[in-house]
Formats: sequence, structure tokens, C-alpha cells
Amino acid sequence: MPDISLPKIVPTEQKTGEPAGRQPLITVDQLSLYYGASKALKNISLSLGERVVTAFIGPSGCGKSTLLRCLNRMNDLIDNVRIEGAVKIGGHDIYSPEVDVIELRKRVGMVFQKSNPFPKSIFENVAYGLRLHGVKNKSTLETAVEESLRNAALWDEVKDRLHASALGLSGGQQQRLCIARAIAIKPEIILMDEPASALDPIATARVEELILELKKDFTIVIVTHNMQQAARISDYTAFFYIGELVEFDGTTKIFTNPARKQTEDYVTGRFG
Amino acid sequence: MDNHYEMGLDALQQKLLLMASHVETGVNQALEALLQRDYALARRVKESDRVVDHFEVEIDELVIQLLTKAPLATNLRLVTAAMKIAQNLERIGDEASKIAKHAGELAQEPPVRIHLDLPGLAGLVLEMLKGALDAFVHRDSATARAVIPRDRQVDALNQEIHRQLVQQMMADPQTIGRCLHMMVVSKSLERIGDHATNLAEDVVYLCEAQDIRHTGAKGPALV
Repeated sequence: MPDISLPKIVPTEQKTGEPAGRQPLITVDQLSLYYGASKALKNISLSLGERVVTAFIGPSGCGKSTLLRCLNRMNDLIDNVRIEGAVKIGGHDIYSPEVDVIELRKRVGMVFQKSNPFPKSIFENVAYGLRLHGVKNKSTLETAVEESLRNAALWDEVKDRLHASALGLSGGQQQRLCIARAIAIKPEIILMDEPASALDPIATARVEELILELKKDFTIVIVTHNMQQAARISDYTAFFYIGELVEFDGTTKIFTNPARKQTEDYVTGRFG
Repeated sequence: MDNHYEMGLDALQQKLLLMASHVETGVNQALEALLQRDYALARRVKESDRVVDHFEVEIDELVIQLLTKAPLATNLRLVTAAMKIAQNLERIGDEASKIAKHAGELAQEPPVRIHLDLPGLAGLVLEMLKGALDAFVHRDSATARAVIPRDRQVDALNQEIHRQLVQQMMADPQTIGRCLHMMVVSKSLERIGDHATNLAEDVVYLCEAQDIRHTGAKGPALV
């Protein structure tokens, strides 16, 4: 396995009053993002804790997915994007010129709204990232694939057809396969952009259960439009509105007694 | 915004207010029956308790319907508080019914020559109940908090009445039966004070999202 170019996570001191969980792993500092002349994120500052689930909520266009994509520099792929401010993981600025973006994305995995398995076998989907990172040994790959599929709560459903096409799986299974693929390369952070929005309630419940299991080992940031989903699975919730972070606090606080009227109006369905 | 959910919450609020109004009337009439020795009124109060019970069932049904839609923030607090408020109101209704039952018994027997401050206790309890209900109507947590320490006055007065009745029973065993009726009435009033306190605590939670039960943070001590 190649070395990871970013330094090991060094716990930084938690700032008073910031709901960062055990240790702030991700620190966003005065972050603004522009699509051309349009300012999509406005001076966002927040710290996200290690091995907790943080939900980003807000109406469409509020910037929550944009911020999520800043956390592993997915926005680099979009033309005309410019950022100001800093995003630090373990205290190190991920936008610094010496950072290897491929290695960053290995540490910060992503699961998208629409499951996107490769047109390959179930096994090869999970092994893909490992092969990309130079793992060739067959038994190492087999062990890693099984472990990832077990952790993604998919193993029992697919163990007898590992070499069948991933495209034959149901929508919920495909999404869990994408999660297995994301965790196979052992990231520290998993970003999820509405991972259950296209799933039925049973598949959604499985993915949510999986997220709660995964937080024992991973730090998870999830964008969701589903308030109840945020309430069920997240420890912290950040509410965004028109590019601004309106409120960030413990999930129970946000959903029982938000401090800001805009948050109250949004979570009670008065706007958005 | 008049969406369907808000309409459901309005219906819940209206039903609670209607139930509260029935309960308050029931307590007032039970006390009137006691003090005026009005047997017929006492019977009517007892019979009207079914209305209050029915309200509780209806409110619980509405709460469950609203909970299936997963309310959040103030909506969540209103829905959960409504269930507890309805339960406390139903129990106050039960106490009113109990007072009416004993008032009916007392009305059929000669009065006992004893000066008990039952009207004073009743007045205190009614003020507490009114304060808690007004606080709910106006979402006024200061009024709700002001209700809570008054329960200590109610407890003290109930104990004093209890002591007087024990003395009376020892002095004149002929009056034991009637004194026991009065003791139950006094205890019922004390229980209404407890339920009014619970209502006030629910209103504080509704307004402030702060659970002040069992915390000792309920309000200033009485002088």
C-alpha cells in the first residue's frame, strides 16, 4: 500500500461552545466559495467531531452539498470555482498546494445520492479502490472485500454471487455496495450526499442502521433533506440557508428547541 | 402558514382548551355543591366527568395522528405536552368527581360544627388551575412558573385541615363519617394542586424547552 501523503490525524484543541463531539477532526474556517461571481458559501466556520455523524440540512440551493464537496475537494472538478478560507483535517489545510488530492479522497470517501456501481462484478466494485492503490494479492483482496461487505451489511445477501454483475442488485443493495466500496480503502471520513433519498423505506432503514454502525469507526457527514432521517442518525446538525450556516448544534437541540427562528421555521416546515 | 399540519395542531389546541374549560367548570361546580350542600349539583358534576374522559381519548388519538407525521421543534413540544396536559386534566376531572361524590354524601347529613378553611383551600387550588391554564393559552412561562411554588401553600393548608379533622373526630366520634368525607375532599383539592403544578411544568417545557420537573428550579420559595 502506498504511503498516505497527509500527516496522521493530530487532535486539535476543542473550541469552547462548538459542538464538535469528541475531537474536532474537520475544521472549516471562514470558508467562502464562488461559482464565477456568485457566492455559494458565505464565511462558513464549523468544527466536526471525530466518529460522530453530522447532518447538513437546509433548503435546496443553501450550499450544504457544496460544502460537503469542499471536504474532499470534489469542487476542484468544477470549472470556475474559487474558494477563500480554509478546510483543515486533523489540523492540516487540505487546500494547501502540497496535498495529493487522490490521497485526500482516499481518506475522505464519498457516497452519492444515486448509487453508481461500476459495470463490473460485486467483488470488483469493492476491490476497485484497493487495486487502484496497488493491492494485488488475491487473498488480501478477498479478505478486504468480505470485511467491507460485512461492514456494509451486504455480505449475507451477496456472498454466493460475488462475481455476478453489481448492476443486478436492487437500488438499496447498490447503495450499500457503494458504501462497501467507499469503506474498503479505509477512509477516516465518509461524506454522504442524500444517500437514501432514492430508496424505499426498508432500504432506507438498512442504510441508516449501517450509518449508525459505521460511526464506530468512521466520521460521517451526511447531507439530507429528510429531517426525520437527520434526527434518527446524526449527533450534530448544521442548518444552512442561502449559503450561510444559520445554526449548528446537537441534533436533539436543533430538533426540539432551535435557537434561531429560521431553523425553527425550516424544521417545522414553514418554509423550504 | 395554514398547512394541514398546522390545522391539526390548531385542532389539538382547541380541543385542549375545551377540555380545560370543562374541567375548570367541573371543579368550580363540585366546590359549589360542597359549600352550598347542593346534592343535585353534585350528581351533575359526577355525571359530567364522562365528557372529560372522552376528551382525553380524543386528544390522545389526535396526538398519535400528529406524531405519525413526525413533528419537530415547537410542534414536537406542543404535541408531547398536549398528551401530558390532557392526562393531568383528566385526573383533575376525576378529583372534581370525587369531591362531588363526597359533597353529595355530606349534603344528606347534618353539617358538622367546625371551622375549616376548605373555601380558602379551594380558592388557592382554583387560582393555581386558572394560572396554569392561562399560561397555556398565552404561552406564558412566567405565569406558569408563578403557579408552581403555590403548591406548598396548598399542602400546608391541607395538613392543617387534616389536623383539625383528626381533633374533631377524637372530640366527637359521632362526626367521624362526615369528617372522613371532608378529609377526602381536602386531599382531592391538594391533588388538584399537584396536577395544576404538573400542568404549569408542562407549559414551561412547551415555552422554554426546559424540563423543570424534579430539579428544584421551579421558582422562588414562598416567604
